[in-house]
Amino acid sequence: MGEVVWTTLRLAGLTTVLLLVLATPIAWWLARRRAWWKEVVAAVTTLPIILPPSVLGFYLLIALAPQSPLMAPLHAFGVRTLAFTFEGLVIGSMVYSLPFAVQPIRNAFEAMGPRPMEVAATLRASPLDAFFTVALPLARRGFLTAAILVFAHTIGEFGVVLMIGGGIPGRTEVLSVRIYQLVESLQYGEAHRLAAGVVAFSFLALLGLLLVDRRAHEAVR
Amino acid sequence: MSGGVVEGRFAGQLGDFRLEAAFTLPASGITALSGPSGSGKTTLLRCVAGLVRLPGKLTVDGEVWQDERTFLAPHRRPVGVVFQEASLLPHLSVRGNLAYGAKRASAPAQVGLDDAVDLLGLAPLMARSTGALSGGERQRVALGRALLAQPRLLLMDEPLSSLDAGAKAEILPYLERLHRALAIPALYISHDASEIARLADGVLAIREGRITPAATAAPSLEGLDAAARDRLALAALRAGLSAS
Repeated sequence: MGEVVWTTLRLAGLTTVLLLVLATPIAWWLARRRAWWKEVVAAVTTLPIILPPSVLGFYLLIALAPQSPLMAPLHAFGVRTLAFTFEGLVIGSMVYSLPFAVQPIRNAFEAMGPRPMEVAATLRASPLDAFFTVALPLARRGFLTAAILVFAHTIGEFGVVLMIGGGIPGRTEVLSVRIYQLVESLQYGEAHRLAAGVVAFSFLALLGLLLVDRRAHEAVR
Repeated sequence: MSGGVVEGRFAGQLGDFRLEAAFTLPASGITALSGPSGSGKTTLLRCVAGLVRLPGKLTVDGEVWQDERTFLAPHRRPVGVVFQEASLLPHLSVRGNLAYGAKRASAPAQVGLDDAVDLLGLAPLMARSTGALSGGERQRVALGRALLAQPRLLLMDEPLSSLDAGAKAEILPYLERLHRALAIPALYISHDASEIARLADGVLAIREGRITPAATAAPSLEGLDAAARDRLALAALRAGLSAS
């Protein structure tokens, strides 16, 4: 059982870190651009919220399969497929949780308005310098919200990880999949223990999120 | 601080608004930029700071900041800008705000931290967070922050307009002290005649995006004492002479 928890936490942690790095430039671009067609990009990054996990899992499975053109460049490194691997799960989880990272960070950048970056520029900070010393610290609550949401959402995913991970013990089997299998084989006692743990964890994550939000509102007043 | 003559000319379209303004600022002293709202005061100031790009030419002490080929990005222009709302960086303390520009200044420090703190009475505020300051205090910090960035040109966009009468009265003496100590050119946007009379050495009037002779935009003289009226008359006269 420890193995399943470890795989789950490792997946959620890695997904959170990588996704925050990936989502930051996307969110910045979406927050600063004024062109209408940026909303096309916004819609694409939000799509995973409304797509059924089976649809997402199906396309990811095709994209990570040996015949996929996306996998072709990796063949040279001896990697034929990422389907049913832990790395594949990380990629799938990142796609699945992308909106939960982009949206709060984009909101935080937009709430900041253009003025702080202008102030930084008039104080001789280059755009990159200003991004790290002004934009990132001012958007920190957006990042915290994004991190909590992505971490919790990854722990809670089921359909996508089942389809592209296959639930291989020790490699791609995560909590939600294990609970499903325990219930299928009528091991209710064990299922109860894990399920209650997930409920408790999810509650704590949400409570943390609400407390962060509350502090953000108090800071504004 | 030492400054140089500033010569600028901008002509361009922003939405429905057309700016066509040419001006000269003397090598030191405060020049007021006055005009009705929507006349392009802020746009002109933003062009000088490089925050808005319109075709034109801008030289400071002979150095080209903008012409047909050159456009210095805002962070490469040694200007100090005081915005209408103090726009302090909220994640930094007062000290952090002052240090932000000072650390990045390319010119050797001519204005020391102690000088700025003394001049603007900032000593009791240093450790405070920016959220705990009054409107007048915020503008004083913004002013100190702009000076510590070692500018060669100071730009102030109606720094008092968001303040109530009490806060204005509190900050004006500091601005007058700054005025006496200032050795660089400064552009000061305001449409308050008494403020202009107290602070400005010259007046540029702007209307519908064009700089007009100052005399046509004579501010109201009501409520000014004799000395202030004289000063204003002198300022208008000088502005009229330099505009031709």
